[in-house]
Amino acid sequence: MSFDINEYYSRLNGGDVLIAFKGSISSELISNVLEVVESKMDEYSESSKIRKKVYNVLVESLQNLYHHIEVLPEAMQKDYGDKFGILVVSRHNDRYKISTGNFIGHDKVDVLRNKIDKINSMSKDELKDMYKFILNHQRLSEKGGGGLGLVDIARKTGNPLDYTFEKFDDTYYFFNLDVSIEFV
Amino acid sequence: MEALSIEGTAKTPSVKFDGQEGVIEIKGRSIPENSIEFYKPLVEWLEQYSGTPLDLTQVNVQLEYFNTSSSKCILDVFKKLETIHKGKSEVIINWYYEEDDEDMLEAGEDYESIIRVPFKMIEIVE
Repeated sequence: MSFDINEYYSRLNGGDVLIAFKGSISSELISNVLEVVESKMDEYSESSKIRKKVYNVLVESLQNLYHHIEVLPEAMQKDYGDKFGILVVSRHNDRYKISTGNFIGHDKVDVLRNKIDKINSMSKDELKDMYKFILNHQRLSEKGGGGLGLVDIARKTGNPLDYTFEKFDDTYYFFNLDVSIEFV
Repeated sequence: MEALSIEGTAKTPSVKFDGQEGVIEIKGRSIPENSIEFYKPLVEWLEQYSGTPLDLTQVNVQLEYFNTSSSKCILDVFKKLETIHKGKSEVIINWYYEEDDEDMLEAGEDYESIIRVPFKMIEIVE
């Protein structure tokens, strides 16, 4: 049996959920999500430190989805729309959790897995050096992505990037990324 | 030369580049999905200004948030300023960060280590 997206989505809805979304990831959607999460964090009276970290990581997570999402074949668009992604932001006793999910072609899995494993193996200083190297040496893609998003998230949270790849069908895996921002 | 003035939005900063006063300001949030389009006129303005800069150019950068797409464009702006600084004009970059915002301070220090222009880190205390 292939990976069940709905089951996975409902499993993510633990803790206090600030926002949960599945569907097409557009620029307008990103603006709306940021606005909702910002106002909910105000309601929780979070410290400005936490607010800033969550906001920053959320921007990068959403824009990673936006830049890298696969345009799905027509047969799948009926069920998922054309730029399908999942986002859940939840608040727990000791942390915020930002979970994102998207389809990824089989051929891209190894590259992404290796990149994340490399980031997870690095110290704070190594991440800083890597960030500065990419910043200074890599050009922006036409869409504006810079290959810095995951490095930035790892630097700002100080936590490893928690991920899974679940086989969906012969063309796609479903990539899930959980990022934690701990209260300090 | 004519000043460059852009109003801020939810995803882009306000911009005031004044060639008469030699003051350059970028303030607010810079989180567009694609920052190239937004920063292009800024880099072009500096290109023109670099022909006849004032003796002193003061740069004020006061960002609440910026995304990684913007970070490369901000570096391009700073590289133009570095060219001006290498010539006869003096450039100072004032990098503002809010109290306790270590990430923003560190971001300023990252730029300071790449760009050969004097930086002043200024903490905003509420």
